[in-house]
Amino acid sequence: MLRALREKRSGLAPCGFETARIDTYVGPVPDLDDFRVRPDLQDYDCRNNRLAQLCLEQDGFAREIAAARDRYGAGRIGLYLGTSTSGLHTTELAYRRRDPKTGALPADYRYAKTQNAYSLGEFVRCYLGLSGPGFVVSSACSSSAKVLGNAARMIAAGVCDAAVVGGVDSLCLMTLYGFHSLGLTSAGPCRPYDVDRDGISIGEGGGFALIERANRVEPGAILLLGVGESSDAYHMSTPHPEGLGARMAMQQALDSAGLDPSDIDYVNLHGTATKSNDASEDKAVFEVFGGQTPCSSTKGATGHLLGAAGITEAIVSILAIEHGFLPGSANTRSVDPALKSNYLLENKQAKVSRALSNSFGFGGSNCSLVLGVAQ
Amino acid sequence: MRVFVEGVGLLGPGLQGWKAARRILAGEEPFRSASTIIAASELLPPAERRRTPVPVKLALAVGQEAFENAGRDAASTATVFTSSSGEGETLHQMCETLASEEREVSPTRFHNSVHNAAAGYWSIATRSREASTSLCAYDASFGAGLIEAMTQVVSLRKAVALIAYDQPYPEPLHSARPLLASFGAALVLTPEASGRTSATFELELLPGEEKPARMSDSALEELRLGIPAARALPLLEALARKTQSDVVLDFLTETRLRVSVNPC
Repeated sequence: MLRALREKRSGLAPCGFETARIDTYVGPVPDLDDFRVRPDLQDYDCRNNRLAQLCLEQDGFAREIAAARDRYGAGRIGLYLGTSTSGLHTTELAYRRRDPKTGALPADYRYAKTQNAYSLGEFVRCYLGLSGPGFVVSSACSSSAKVLGNAARMIAAGVCDAAVVGGVDSLCLMTLYGFHSLGLTSAGPCRPYDVDRDGISIGEGGGFALIERANRVEPGAILLLGVGESSDAYHMSTPHPEGLGARMAMQQALDSAGLDPSDIDYVNLHGTATKSNDASEDKAVFEVFGGQTPCSSTKGATGHLLGAAGITEAIVSILAIEHGFLPGSANTRSVDPALKSNYLLENKQAKVSRALSNSFGFGGSNCSLVLGVAQ
Repeated sequence: MRVFVEGVGLLGPGLQGWKAARRILAGEEPFRSASTIIAASELLPPAERRRTPVPVKLALAVGQEAFENAGRDAASTATVFTSSSGEGETLHQMCETLASEEREVSPTRFHNSVHNAAAGYWSIATRSREASTSLCAYDASFGAGLIEAMTQVVSLRKAVALIAYDQPYPEPLHSARPLLASFGAALVLTPEASGRTSATFELELLPGEEKPARMSDSALEELRLGIPAARALPLLEALARKTQSDVVLDFLTETRLRVSVNPC
């Protein structure tokens, strides 16, 4: 991911997903069609759980968790994951194979292990051999940012000693046609904060992290310093025009971290590239941080990963801290002059001690995270 | 973890509101199953009211009752929504459309399809800008909501409303995931006692071998087993009976929740 961001590479391409006939770009994960989940978990096989397993197999993550399981015991590790559509694509396909006489779904349709939002949680739980308390958060595009808050609170309350957090969302017809019906999909690759931005590009992806209690941290360890959560109380699919909920989430994240806005070196924006999101988020960011703090959206590279956006962008923020690397916005050509934040078009090297990451979703669900590094 | 119970809301077949259902759960009146009556929330502006799907109406109704009983302002209270089924009717309609030639989905239906639709409408209805989350853990969804809500109360020292709800799916999804009836339960939980406090909950995790508490009435027990949100029933029964009791609640395969209920 770091290399792709450094090269300002975008994974967005004209939509060729399944039978979708929409003039838009998407960020697909290659080879998912041919990938299969572990044989002993084949009842869970669906696009979303394949993507989850593919993710767990990256960067030695599953091995790390096996070591943590030895350290804590499987029952002391919680599991808090986010997704917006889970294995919904399986249901979409099953609805094409209904019995012509009775309307029944095909006999091989497995609701609990694919469609239900918790399918992701149960699959990952089985894959990693964990048995601690857990659940899935499904609050649209803020889902996998909010799970970091769940994990931190559960650990603080002694419900578990550590927690696996993450999120996975995969392409499906519902989100493609749904966002298209709202006029929110761009015909080209999305261009966050651009003067000519005209909507999102839907991507698929996932990410995972292990959260542990911060009592004996080694220098260089990444710290979750603050979490802020709020609701817009405004509209189901349009953000508050003044960014009121977004501002509250950022302020609350800073307050819970005991930090001032000037302590933040980089803001990873929600930055979906819709007219309304970027305008309202910019107002909120400018009001909290002023026009100096560098910020950018990485959705020009990844597309909007919906329920996986929170965790993947938290990971971008961690990369920013670890490598002193501030990603410039892929695909954005000229920043909308009406937007006042210090938006990065080009990559930048600078020390990042603390970063804030924004994730906002349908239903006016907002979450901001503050991440830092142990000295 | 210890929290105070300030308000309860309940809606289920033959359990039409906490005030009426409390007498049934306390064993003072017999349980007679009847269709759950779910009214549209008057808290919502008319335009939004028309667009709300049934699960949202159900969640809003039990949430509103719990806040009325608690005498607390919903606008300044965080919420934890939990549901196994989410937005079934909307999911069905969307999947039917997507399986058809036209594929023209309705934008309203799309935004109503998200698992946090109830949370979104609640926030609009109550003007609450407080934190809100929407959980799912299949059959363990009520336990997930309870543990999250109690953890929030204890760690943030703030009142939190837990709103659990499930609405049966239409066919053909119903055959794949049968749910017995509409059921919603809401609890306003606080870090300190108030004038409206009716009991305290103390939560403990137990290994999965522990047997969850059953309802003595077989029809109520059928509800408990047939609807994930109705796994709350033994807890509500303990509140209704106003006697000290330890209630073991169903949660994940490896974990049960023991709630010590102390009336005050």
